[in-house]
Amino acid sequence: MNALRTPPIDGLALEPIAGAVPAWRARCDAGSWLTAAAGVAQRGGRLAALWASDGRDAGQAFAVHAAFATYEGLLCLELPVPESKPVYPDLSLLYPCARRMQRAAFDLMGLEARDADGSRPDARGWLRHGAWRENLHPLRREIAAQARLDPDDADYAFILVEGEGVHEIAVGPVHAGTIEPGHFRFSVVGERVLRLEEHLGYKHKGIEKRFESLTLAEGARLAGRVSGDSTVAYAWAYAMALEGLAGTRPSPRALWLRALLLERERIANHLGDLGALGNDGGLAFGLAQFSRLKEDMLRLNARLFGHRYLMDRVVPGGIAVDLDAHAAEEILTECTRLRAELRSLRAIYYDHAGLQDRCITCGRLDPATAAELGVVGVAARASGHAIDLRACPGFAPYDQLETRIASHRNGDVAARIVVRFEEAFESIELQRRILRRLPQGALLAPVGEAPAGRWGVGWVEGWRGEVLVALQAGTDGRVRRCHPHDPSWQNWPALEHAVIGNIVPDFPLINKSFNLSYAGADL
Amino acid sequence: MYKILFQLARTGRITERAPRPDETLRQAATPFGADLLRLLGRALAVRHVDAGSCNGCELEIHATNNPYYNLEGLGIKFVASPRHADLLLVTGPVSRNMEEALRRTYDAMPDPKLVVAIGDCGCDGGIFGENYASCGRVANVIPVNVAVPGCPPEPAAIIRGILTAVTAAARS
Repeated sequence: MNALRTPPIDGLALEPIAGAVPAWRARCDAGSWLTAAAGVAQRGGRLAALWASDGRDAGQAFAVHAAFATYEGLLCLELPVPESKPVYPDLSLLYPCARRMQRAAFDLMGLEARDADGSRPDARGWLRHGAWRENLHPLRREIAAQARLDPDDADYAFILVEGEGVHEIAVGPVHAGTIEPGHFRFSVVGERVLRLEEHLGYKHKGIEKRFESLTLAEGARLAGRVSGDSTVAYAWAYAMALEGLAGTRPSPRALWLRALLLERERIANHLGDLGALGNDGGLAFGLAQFSRLKEDMLRLNARLFGHRYLMDRVVPGGIAVDLDAHAAEEILTECTRLRAELRSLRAIYYDHAGLQDRCITCGRLDPATAAELGVVGVAARASGHAIDLRACPGFAPYDQLETRIASHRNGDVAARIVVRFEEAFESIELQRRILRRLPQGALLAPVGEAPAGRWGVGWVEGWRGEVLVALQAGTDGRVRRCHPHDPSWQNWPALEHAVIGNIVPDFPLINKSFNLSYAGADL
Repeated sequence: MYKILFQLARTGRITERAPRPDETLRQAATPFGADLLRLLGRALAVRHVDAGSCNGCELEIHATNNPYYNLEGLGIKFVASPRHADLLLVTGPVSRNMEEALRRTYDAMPDPKLVVAIGDCGCDGGIFGENYASCGRVANVIPVNVAVPGCPPEPAAIIRGILTAVTAAARS
C-alpha cells in the first residue's frame, strides 16, 4: 500500500482530504465530471456513493457529489449545479448502481441526471412515495427541519413482463416475518423467476435532514442508528469524517479498541446470518445453535462494554469504553470457545446434504455481473472480488493487523456462507491479535474546531461491506450536510440479478445470503 | 446425523425463566377479559411490523426466540399474517411511507387486538422525531396498549412488554 500515491486521473486538480483514509477531492465541470468518471471506470474503480448538496444560502449553487473507490483511495468529485438549470450528466451508463442514488438525489434535492440526449434514465421516484409532492425537495434549505408536507399520489409503475404464462407475485412492504419493510415484484412462469423488481424507500424517515438540525458531536449518535446492525461501522465512519475535518488524531489505543468492537460486530452478525441461513435451508438446528452463540457474545458485550450491540461506544475523538486485563482475558476465553464451537458447526453445515442441495448453485451472482454492478462487501468477496477496506487501503489499525481477505469464486448462497465462516474465524484471530498487542494511551482526544464549509470523509469496512460517511461542517459546530452511505445501495440491484432463473421458494434463502439493510439505504 | 445429536446433547437445555409483567409499561387497558385470558393462557399469536426502525429492535425481537429466551416455549408465536394475530408488535418511528401499511395491518387484525410499541422510537419518535418523512411515535398512527422503551430494548424487556399486554390486571 502506498497511501501517498495520487489517483492518475487527467484534467482534475486533486486536493487531499485530511483524515484516516487516503482521499482526494476535486471540483469539476460537466465535461470533466464525465471524463473523470470514465477514467476511474477504465482503471477498475467503483462508484462508492453519490449525493447532492445545497449551497445557495452560502452564495453558491447546488452540487452533486460522487465518491469513487480507486486503488489509491477515495476520490470525491463535486459538480456545481445551477438552480436555473438543475441537471447534471448521468453516471449510470458507466456505473449502473448510480441509478437509484441519482433517483434519490432528485427526490431529496431536485437535481436531475440527464443522458447525452437530454432524457432522464429513470424518472420514477425512489425515496418519495406519496409523502410529499414531486415538485418539493425536502433537503433544500427552504424546507424547514420539522416541516409537514402535503401528501401526493403514491402510484409506482413497475416494469411489466409479458408473455404466455407470465404472472406477477407482489410481496410487501410488510413481510411474513420479522424483517424490514420493502416491496418485491416477481414476474414468474410457474415457479421460476423471470424478473424481480425491488421497490424500496419505505423506511425513509428523513435522516439526512435530521442531521442538519444537530451539532457535529450530536450527529455521532444519529450516525450509529442509520442501520442498527452496523452501528459500530457507522459510528466509526462518522467519527473518522469528523476527526479528519477537525484535525483530531485518536490515540492508537482508541483505534485498536474500535477495531475490536468492529470485529465483534462482524462476528455477531455473521453468527446471526449463519443461523438464519441454516433455518431457511431447512436446518432449524442451525438457527438454535448460532443464535445461542450470538446471544453469548451480545451478553459479553453488555457486561464488558455496557451495550449489547455496542451503540454509542465509538465516539468522535476516540472511544467511550476501556478494557482491563481481566476483561481482555474474558474475550480471549470466548475466542477459544467460539472457535471450537464454530468448527463443530461448520463441519455439520458443510456435510449436510440438505443444505448442500439448497445452497450450492442457488442464487448465483457471477464475477462479471458483480463487477459491473459495483457490488461490495461479503457479496463481492463471494463472487470473486477480493475487496476489503481493512486490507486496501488499510486504514489504522488494520494496516498493522495483517488482515486476510476471505474470498470465493462461485457467487452462490453456499459461497456467501463459506465467506461468512472464514470471516468469523479471521475476526476471532484479529481480536486475539488486538488483545495481545493493545497499545496504551488515552481513550479520548479533544475534538478540535471544524472549519465551516469543509468536507470530511469516513470509510470503514463494516460486516456487510463499505460504510461511507461524507460530512460537511457548518457554522457554530453544526452539521451542514451529512450523507451516510450503506453498502446495500450497491448490493440491492445485485439481488435482482442473483434470483433470475431460481424458483420463488428459494428467494428467502438468496435474500438472506445477501442480508441487505433496508434502513441503511432508505435513510 | 450423530454430530447434530452430539451437539444437541452437549448444549442441553439453556432456557431461562420468563420475566414478570410490568404495569409501568402499560399505556391503555387490555381489551381481553380475565376469563378469556384464563381460558387461552398465553397462547398468543404475534405479528410484527417494522414501521421505520434502524433495524436494531428487529435484532432483539429475533433474539426473543433464541434458546435462552425461547418465547415460543411460553406459547407465544410469531405469525405470517395480521389476520392470524392477537397482538401487533411495532418497531420504529412510523415513516410516512409506512403509515398506510401499518394502518392496514392493524385494520386487518381481528378484534379484540393488542398493540405493543417497541423501542424509544416507537415510544416517542426517538432520535428521528417527527419531520416531513416521519410520523414519530406509533401512538400517533394506531392505538397502543403497551410501550417498551430502550435503544434497543433487551429481549427480556420485549417479552415483559408482551406479557404485560396479555395480563388483565389493569383492565378498567
